[in-house]
Amino acid sequence: MRRHIISILIENEAGALSRVAGLFSARAYNIESLTVAPTEDPTLSRMTIVTVGTERIIEQIIKQLNKLIDVVKLSDLSEGAHIEREMMLVKVKAATMSQRDDVKRLSDIFRGNIIDVTPSTYTIELTGSATKIDSFIEALAEHKILETVRSGVSGIARGDKILHV
Amino acid sequence: MELSGAEILVRCLKDEGVEFLFGYPGGSVLHIYDALYQQDDIKHILVRHEQAATHAADGYARATGKPGVVLVTSGPGATNAVTGIATAYMDSIPMVVITGQVPSAVIGSDAFQEVDAVGITRPCVKHNFLVKDVTKLAETIKKAFYVASTGRPGPVVIDVPKDITDPAIKVPYHYPDKITMRSYQPTVKGHSGQIKRAVDLVLIAKKPMIYTGGGVVLGNASEELRTFVRHLGYPITTTLMGLGSYPASDEQFIGMLGMHGTYEANMAMHDCDVLIAIGARFDDRVTGKIAEFCPDAQIIHIDIDPSSISKTITVDIPIVGDVATVLQEMNHLLVTGKKQPQKKALEAWWTVINGWRAQQCMSFDRNSDKIKPQAVVELVHEITNGDAYVTSDVGQHQMWAAQYYGFEKPNRWINSGGLGTMGFGLPAAMGVQLAFPDDVVICITGEGSIQMCIQELSTCLQYGLPVKIVALNNRYLGMVRQWQEFFYKERYSHSYMESLPDFVKLAESYGHVGIRIDDPKALRAELERGFAMKDRLVFFDIVTDQTENVYPMIAQGKAHNEMHMSPHSNCELPQSPDRELS
Ligand SMILES: Cc1ncc(C[n+]2csc(CCOP(=O)(O)OP(=O)(O)O)c2C)c(N)n1
Ligand SMILES: [Mg+2]
Repeated sequence: MRRHIISILIENEAGALSRVAGLFSARAYNIESLTVAPTEDPTLSRMTIVTVGTERIIEQIIKQLNKLIDVVKLSDLSEGAHIEREMMLVKVKAATMSQRDDVKRLSDIFRGNIIDVTPSTYTIELTGSATKIDSFIEALAEHKILETVRSGVSGIARGDKILHV
Repeated sequence: MELSGAEILVRCLKDEGVEFLFGYPGGSVLHIYDALYQQDDIKHILVRHEQAATHAADGYARATGKPGVVLVTSGPGATNAVTGIATAYMDSIPMVVITGQVPSAVIGSDAFQEVDAVGITRPCVKHNFLVKDVTKLAETIKKAFYVASTGRPGPVVIDVPKDITDPAIKVPYHYPDKITMRSYQPTVKGHSGQIKRAVDLVLIAKKPMIYTGGGVVLGNASEELRTFVRHLGYPITTTLMGLGSYPASDEQFIGMLGMHGTYEANMAMHDCDVLIAIGARFDDRVTGKIAEFCPDAQIIHIDIDPSSISKTITVDIPIVGDVATVLQEMNHLLVTGKKQPQKKALEAWWTVINGWRAQQCMSFDRNSDKIKPQAVVELVHEITNGDAYVTSDVGQHQMWAAQYYGFEKPNRWINSGGLGTMGFGLPAAMGVQLAFPDDVVICITGEGSIQMCIQELSTCLQYGLPVKIVALNNRYLGMVRQWQEFFYKERYSHSYMESLPDFVKLAESYGHVGIRIDDPKALRAELERGFAMKDRLVFFDIVTDQTENVYPMIAQGKAHNEMHMSPHSNCELPQSPDRELS
């Protein structure tokens, strides 16, 4: 079982997302995260799916995705060097002086930005790999996390390699 | 030329070369029905239930190779069509289904007869479309036919909101000759390197086996297959869906494989050293226990659909491509190459296979005082010279039809293999009979299945379709009964069919001929009498032995060499688990 990041160019049509989501649920494949948004070409959307499975299952996932009529191209980013990023917004209780100091210090260590402040809370924006985000949540263990919002993973291949039509 | 959406739709079907439209009207498609009324290029067939429209279109497609076309209304019209769409999807049948939809402005408001047809059908179509703009209608229809009939075929749904077909809104009409889609470019030609490797492997086989499926029928590759098989002299088996793609009477054909396959085919699968799978998808009814499937074989797999390859069984040489094209290339290499098959080894292999054949796994009691269903199918074959189109429903009768009719040609055996839809047989036969009015079309069915679309007897009368219905009436949901006998200690839970109608009177009340046969001695004469009525639908209600089972049988999850054999075969394998010899 390995984690794979699958990047898809798909027709920007109503229902395209549900075809992909429906495929995963109908065939009982895992989805860890799924992100989708239009690209610089408004007729195309870019989707990034993080999934976990054996080699055989991943092979089937890729073939089944390719079989969807709306899917134009896809690539398994995990096959080569790539960069992945995820963004998280996290609201943490920061009411006392020591809480505020510590949360700020942790946020700085992880290169987060405090983007909203109230007398009792800090909201931090953090970008990084999914692992980095997990570690930040762990580091906040002594604090009270009020809310987390994660964007899901986006990914891109390193170097000259591109996914385009 | 300016046309309304409704006129465009009908005109597109004409330009696409559609002969028949199987449909049922309703509010959302009334504009389209009005356009149909004003033309006579497309013949509309009014079924009695939308499920039957889809099965009839499906039967038409299976027999002709051309996409079947369906028109139904929104809401219940669309949901009734779903079973037929799913049936076509599972067997990769090209079909275009047009569903009416409520007007665009009220979509999403739970309007009268609104269902999310695109959503409901998504998991059981090759693709579907919601038309949002009348100027895109013609292009969408073109795409639908293109997607449905190319690559691995399948059903495509076009959901058309009522305002799109508004007769008051006219737009320029243009039907594209050709369409290209950047997101859909099916592979045709197989990889030459892989094909070479495959041929090399084929030629070193000592115990080869050719296993073919519905892909050969769908891909029109029977001719190429015959050349391939004859050149090599190897044994060939086909799946339920592949029957007829290779002539059943040929020496090299060793019968169907799988759950109810022949002893020799299943044993040869188990023992082969090279398996050549052609247009077949390693369905669980074929493979049996995956872990023990062809344990000693290297596997070559030719299929148009990459996702069929290594889905359940890992293969050694995959070739993605159109089956006919790939076989042509292989045949060319075989004929022009210097290497020959392993003659000695092949002779030894045939000796083993013929030993299995001698077990006569398909024997049945020919002296019974009850009518044996197998005997009925054999007789029907004889009376029709093995040259009829045969549709079937689902159950024991389906297996007996598959085992005993002996199909010589492709596109003649028409059954719901993947979904196993009871109710398929009669409407499918209507589609076939419309396509081939002068041919004999038979529906081999059970008293259970036939009742699932019995209303179509009325359609058959309206369009003068002289289908021959051969109902093997065992007063049981026989296949269910068989499993209950074998695996549930004869607890026959809800498998007995009580309160059956008098099928003869039923047929007569629909304006047809009904013939009841319960005496084995009268069987031949009565069948001949019925088949002689060329222009009448004849319903044969044949009272068969209630306790007959389908043999051989591999229980679910067992391996190919663990078959249960008929008490009448000469086989040394275990016989039926708990039935005494009759
Ligand atoms: C629509 C549908 N419902 C249920 C089944 C399950 N099923 C498979 S075979 C069978 C019995 C069919 O009985 P009949 O048509 O009398 O055929 P027989 O097996 O007796 O030849 C049933 C209920 C099915 N295949 N399709
Ligand atoms: Mg029955």
